[in-house]
Amino acid sequence: MSRVGLLRTAVIAGAIASLEGLIRGGIVPRFTIIPPSEMVVALVAILRSGKFTIDIVTTLTNVALAIVAAMIVGVAVGTALQKAAALRRIFDPLFATYYAIPMYAFYPLLIVVFGLGDVPQICIGFLLAVMAVIINTLNGLDRVPRVLLKAARMHRMGGLRTALRIRLPYAAPYIFTGFKLAVAYSFIGVIGAEFITSSRGIGYEISFAYNNFDNRLMYGLILFVLLLVMTVNMSLHVWEKRLMARRRR
Amino acid sequence: MSGSGGTAPAHVTLRGITRVYPGQAPQPPVHALGPIDLDLAQGEFFAVVGPSGCGKSTLLDVIAGLVVASAGEAAFEGTPIAGSVPDGIGVVFQEDASFPWLTVHDNIAFGLRELGRPADVVNAKVTYALNFMGLADFAHAYPAQLSGGMRQRVCIARTLVLEPRLILLDEPFGALDQQTRLLMGDELLRLWRETGATILLITHALDEATMLADRVGVMSARPGRFLEIVATGWARERDSTIVSDPRFGQLTSRIWTLLRSESLRALGHAGANR
Repeated sequence: MSRVGLLRTAVIAGAIASLEGLIRGGIVPRFTIIPPSEMVVALVAILRSGKFTIDIVTTLTNVALAIVAAMIVGVAVGTALQKAAALRRIFDPLFATYYAIPMYAFYPLLIVVFGLGDVPQICIGFLLAVMAVIINTLNGLDRVPRVLLKAARMHRMGGLRTALRIRLPYAAPYIFTGFKLAVAYSFIGVIGAEFITSSRGIGYEISFAYNNFDNRLMYGLILFVLLLVMTVNMSLHVWEKRLMARRRR
Repeated sequence: MSGSGGTAPAHVTLRGITRVYPGQAPQPPVHALGPIDLDLAQGEFFAVVGPSGCGKSTLLDVIAGLVVASAGEAAFEGTPIAGSVPDGIGVVFQEDASFPWLTVHDNIAFGLRELGRPADVVNAKVTYALNFMGLADFAHAYPAQLSGGMRQRVCIARTLVLEPRLILLDEPFGALDQQTRLLMGDELLRLWRETGATILLITHALDEATMLADRVGVMSARPGRFLEIVATGWARERDSTIVSDPRFGQLTSRIWTLLRSESLRALGHAGANR
């Protein structure tokens, strides 16, 4: 491990250890937060019991659906908008202000329209994620050097082939950044929506435990979400770095 | 001002080629190029020199079919060039046109795969090109790992494997240092002899034009026209050592004499015609 890596691990381990000490020493009341070691024990018990498997599967499925939808729609819309300059100018203010919109404000509307199933949560995850993909797709496609498009014409490629074989491959690392953000936003959107109103899912169970003063269950599940999101994002980060390393001049 | 370099039939014919860029509302239209008349003989090496902004690259774009001339006619092998790149023409651009997401091998194979050639044919041709261009050790490297000169060689190889009958080069060595340019010039001459292709080279380096070409077209400041076409009279077997030939200096200085006042004009010096 590198020096920075070691230092980082030491800082995290130190923070966890001091939290453990503060709680066990009675400085932070157990009623507020349980020691990290007990969170791990609780998490193991939660996973062993299998009681929450359906919630975990539901949340992961909904997050995955939101991500996939955001990727497909985001790349398609980004590609189309890059071609249609007039349309792009019309929507430009929306791109700039999109993340200022509190997406959860639309949640009641989504429940009215789609009912209390999984669809409203997926919609929130999708809505939060899709713009990151659109913006990064546009950014990547805008950067395609003109000379590569000339090369495409020299190879006598049509519009669609140029998009598939030149524009999108060139833009791939930028689009990947969009995907990475989409993954993070989808987790936030889906779990957040489960918190507000739903009948199952990790967010729902955390909220349920919170209302019942079940600290062990709540912190166990929070730890699970934390570990899950960190693992996913770190893997994507490593993959992205590898992708970018090929391009660096 | 036209005329083929011998009795061979013209490979490329340009008649009255003109390019005018329509001006945006208050700006008047810009007359960028022409009229240009030119015949390139089959297998000829023709270089174009001219002051900055004289329309050299526009001329290349017209011949390549990347840009449509505002007036005049261009033909390649007797067929009019109209807005699309004709089969048999390969272009090497001034800027780095290597595909950063593909390895050197896959870059060179790109055009052949686009044409749907069988894998064994593709591999054989790419291997040959890798060796010819001195890139064999870098077949699996990405362009980002190469120097500018090597990336340009990848682009040249990618064009060459398609075996174009006419190769258009737009200042391909512009980004390279002088020594590399001389060596790349040698490689280009070798390739020209081996393939028998017609070459049109655009360059701002007068010595490069004199060293490489059978004929050098000297262009005026914008709108670019041929002031004169200088025949170098070199033997087909030649390399960069001809720079020490006394005639090399004479030819280069003759071209510079033609160009000097035009270059000053292009820089905006009025009354430079002394």
